[in-house]
Amino acid sequence: MMAKALRDPLLWASLALLALVLLMPDAKPAFAALFPALERPMFELDSFLDLTLWHLLLVGASSGAAVLLGVAAGIFVTRPSGAEFRVLLDTVVTIGQTFPPVAVLAVAVPVIGFGFDPAFIALLLYGLLPIVEGTIAGLEAVPAAVREAARGTGMGQLACLLKVELPLAAPVIIAGVRTSVIINIGTATVASTVGAWSLGLPIIIGLNAANLAYILEGALPLALLAVVVDLAFGRVLSSLQGWRRA
Amino acid sequence: MIELERISRRYESTVAVDDVTLSIAEGEFCVLIGSSGAGKSTVLKMINRLVPPSSGRIRIDGADTARLAVEALRRRMGYVIQSIGLFPHWTVARNIGTVPELLGWPRARRRERAAELLDLFKLPPGEFLDRYPHQLSIGQQQRIGIARALAADPAILLMDEPFGALDPITRETLQAEIAQIRRASRKTVVFVTHDMDEALRLGSRIAVMDNGRLVQVDAPLAIVAAPANDFVRELIGRDDLGLKLLSLDRVASRLRRGETAPGDAIGDTLTLRQALSRMIADGKDRLPVADAEGRALGAIHLADLLRR
Amino acid sequence: MLRNRVLLLLAIAGFAGALGLPFLTHAANRLVSGMPIGLMAILEERPVWAGALLPPVALLLVAPFLSPRTAVHALVGLAAASLLLLLPLVAGIAAGRLAAAAPPMARTSLGGGFWCAGLAASLALADALSRLRASPAAAALCTAVVVVALGVLLRSGALNGLAVVREYAARQDVLATAVIRHVGLVVGALVPSVLLGVLLGVRAAQRRGFGAALFLNVVQTVPSIALFGLLLAPLSGLAHLFPRLGELGIGGVGVVPAGIALALYALLPIARGAAEGLGNVSPAALEAGRGLGMSERQLLWRIAMPLALPVMLAGLRVATIQAVGLAAVAALIGAGGLGAIMFQGLFADALDLVLLGVVPIVLLALIVDALFRIGIARTQRVPR
Repeated sequence: MMAKALRDPLLWASLALLALVLLMPDAKPAFAALFPALERPMFELDSFLDLTLWHLLLVGASSGAAVLLGVAAGIFVTRPSGAEFRVLLDTVVTIGQTFPPVAVLAVAVPVIGFGFDPAFIALLLYGLLPIVEGTIAGLEAVPAAVREAARGTGMGQLACLLKVELPLAAPVIIAGVRTSVIINIGTATVASTVGAWSLGLPIIIGLNAANLAYILEGALPLALLAVVVDLAFGRVLSSLQGWRRA
Repeated sequence: MIELERISRRYESTVAVDDVTLSIAEGEFCVLIGSSGAGKSTVLKMINRLVPPSSGRIRIDGADTARLAVEALRRRMGYVIQSIGLFPHWTVARNIGTVPELLGWPRARRRERAAELLDLFKLPPGEFLDRYPHQLSIGQQQRIGIARALAADPAILLMDEPFGALDPITRETLQAEIAQIRRASRKTVVFVTHDMDEALRLGSRIAVMDNGRLVQVDAPLAIVAAPANDFVRELIGRDDLGLKLLSLDRVASRLRRGETAPGDAIGDTLTLRQALSRMIADGKDRLPVADAEGRALGAIHLADLLRR
Repeated sequence: MLRNRVLLLLAIAGFAGALGLPFLTHAANRLVSGMPIGLMAILEERPVWAGALLPPVALLLVAPFLSPRTAVHALVGLAAASLLLLLPLVAGIAAGRLAAAAPPMARTSLGGGFWCAGLAASLALADALSRLRASPAAAALCTAVVVVALGVLLRSGALNGLAVVREYAARQDVLATAVIRHVGLVVGALVPSVLLGVLLGVRAAQRRGFGAALFLNVVQTVPSIALFGLLLAPLSGLAHLFPRLGELGIGGVGVVPAGIALALYALLPIARGAAEGLGNVSPAALEAGRGLGMSERQLLWRIAMPLALPVMLAGLRVATIQAVGLAAVAALIGAGGLGAIMFQGLFADALDLVLLGVVPIVLLALIVDALFRIGIARTQRVPR
C-alpha cells in the first residue's frame, strides 16, 4: 500500500514541481556553469513561487468562469427548448477552434489594454470551447433508456439532470475541462507578452534577451505544472469511473 | 485429395484439436460436425493454414502444405465464413473478383466471371455487379461470399458455418443451391456445421467431432443407422431418429409403379420424410407420384415408408 | 408565430450592436485613442446607403416569423451574404471620405459595431445553410463565393480608407512572405509527422504495442512555448558542438526548433486517428481476405487503409489546424510566419496590425477545415 503510493507519478511530479519552484534560486551555480557566457544566469525579477501562483490564479479564475458558462450553455443546448441553438453553437465552436489561442489574446489586448484583464477574457473565451463540446458530448452519451427510466420513476426535469444525467456525463465533461485547462496554461504563458504575470515571464524575457538560462528556468516548471495538472485530472477521472470497475 | 495426418492444435491450457487423422477424397462433400468448441472450425482453418497445426501434417494432392507458400495455397482454395466478410468499400463485381485480381486476371475477364457467377445464383448481373454490400440483404451477401470463393474455380472449397447467420428459409434455399452447384462441378467441399439436418442433407461423408477428437466418420445413412456412441446419438436427436432416416431416402426408391391413388401427386425426387409429412397433412395413407413433367409414375403407401 | 429563434437572436444582436457600438473609430494618429463614429451618423450623411442596407436587414428581422420553407432559408442566406459585402463597403467608403479630409497620419479602424454586425451576419448565413441541409462541399462553395467577392472588393480599392487595409498595402510583400513561411512551417512539420504517425498507428492497431503513447501524451500536455523553450537549449548546444549544423540553421532560434515541436505535437492526433481507424475495420472482412489468400501487406493497403481513411483524415484535420495555430506562437522564437505580424501589432498596440496577422491565420485554418471535411465526407465508403 505504502509502496504503491510511493510509485505514484502524481506524487513525484508534484514534489518535483514544488522543489523546482521553491529551490530554483539555489540552482544558480548550476546554470552559471551551463551557460558561462551569460551575465545573468538566474531570473531574479520575481520569485518563482510568486510567478507560479499568479499563473494558477489566471488559469483558475478563467477556467472556473468558463466551466460555469460552458456547462450552462451545453446543458441548454441539449434540452428540448434549446435544441434549435445547437447548430449555432456548433458553428461558433468550429470557428472558434480555428482561432489559435494566441490570436484571441492578441485581439483582446488592443481592445482592453495590457495586463491581467485581457488575458482573463481571452482565456475565458477560448477555454469555453472544449468545455461546451465536452458537455454536449457527455450529455448526449447518456442512453435515452436511462433518461426515460428516470422520468418514469417520477423525477422532474431538474432532478433528472442533477441526479442522473450530469453524474453520468461527468467523465466526458471533465475531460473537456481538462483539455481547456491545459490549453489555458499554455496561453497564459503567452499572456506574459502583454504584461500578465506568469511562468511565461522568464521565457519571454529570455527570448527577447537571448538568455537561454531564463528560458529553461521558465520552461521547466511550466512543463511540470502542466504535467501535474494533467495527472491530477486523470486521477479525478479515474476515481469518478470507480463504479465501472466495481 | 486432402490428407490430415495426426494433426493437433494446442493452446496454453487447452487442446483444441487432438490427434485427428482424416482423408478427404476428391469430389467428396465432407461435413465436420460437433457441438461448439469441438474443434471443427480449427481443423478447417488448419487446412488453409489460418491456424498452424501444433503437430502432425496436412497433405493436399500429396504435397505437404507446411512447405507451400501460404498465400498461393489459400488462393487455390475457396473460403466462406459465417460472418461473410465482404469488403464494404468494393462493389459486388470487385468483391467476387478478389482472387482473380490477386492472380492477375485482366479486368474484362474478372467482370465476365463475376457476371457468370451471379447468373449461377440467379442474381441478374446488370442489377448486381455494381452494387455495394450494404445495399444487399444478408442472404444475397452470403451468396456473393460464396461466389467470391468460387471465382478462381478452386478445386477445394472450405466453408465454416456459412449459413449460421441466415434465417431458416434463406438457409434452406442456399443449402439447395450449394448442393446443386456441387452436383454440377466436381469440387471437394469441407463444410463445418453444428446442425445435423444440414449435415445429413448436404454431406456425402460426415465426420463427428467431440472435444477435439474424431468420434465417427461415415456416410450419412451409417451415422444415423449405426451411431458409434451416445454423443453421436444425442447429436442426431433421439426422438428424431426415424424421421432423420426417412429424410435420407427418396420417394422414387419406394414407389409402387403403375398403381394409382386419388388426390394431388407428389414429386418422385422428394424425400420420404416429405412424403410422410404430406400424408399426415392430407389425412391419407397413400399418395400418387408423378415425375418432374407431371407424368404419373405410380403411388406410394404409408406402409412402404415403414419398410427398411 | 416565432419560427426561428436563432435567427431572431442573431438579427437583434447584430442590429443592436451595429447601432449601439461604434461602427468606425477615427484617430488623428497612432498614439491617440480613436473617436467613435456610429452607424447612424454615417447613414445620415449618405441616406442612399441606408436604402441599400435596409432590405436585407428588414428581411433578417422578419424572416424568423415566416414559415420555414426552402425559399425563406435561401432568401435569408442571400440577405446575410449581401450584408457581409455591404457592411465592409459602407465602412470602406465612409473611411475613404474621412481619410480624404484628414491628415495622412490619421487612421480609421473598424469598430465593435462592425464586428458585431459582421459576426451576426456570418452566423445567420451558417444557420441558413444548415437549415437548407447543404453538404459540406456546397457550404464551402458559398463561403468561398463570399470570400472571393470580398477579395474583389478589396482589389477595387473601395476599402482603402480603412487602417487595416492600409497596413496591408504597406506590407504586402511582408504578408506574402509570412503566409508562405507559415504554410511552409505547417507542411514541413506535418510531412514527417504523417509518416511516423501513421506507422505508429498501424503498429498500435496490430497490437504491437503503443509504447510511444505515454511520451506523446506528455508532449501534448506541455504548453507549446515551453516545448519550444526546452528544445532551444539542446539544439543550440548541438550547434555549438557541431558548427556545421549551425550554418545549416539548426541553431537555437528559428524554423528548425519550431518545426520539430510542431511535428511532435502533430504526432499524437495523427497516430491516434490511424490506430482508431484501423481498429474499426470489420474483422470479418479481414478474416475473409486472409483466407482468400491476401498477404498482410495487401490486406493493409487494399482493405484496411481505404476503410480507415475517414477516421485517419479526422485525426490529420485536428493535427493540421492545431499546427496552424501553433505556428503563430512559433513566431516568438523567431520562426517568422503570420504570428510575427500578429505579435508586432500586439507590441505596438495596433489592433489593425494584429488583425492583419490574425485574419489570414483564421482563413487558413478555415480553408484547412473545409477541405478536410469535404475529404472526410468523400472517403466515407461505408454508410454510417
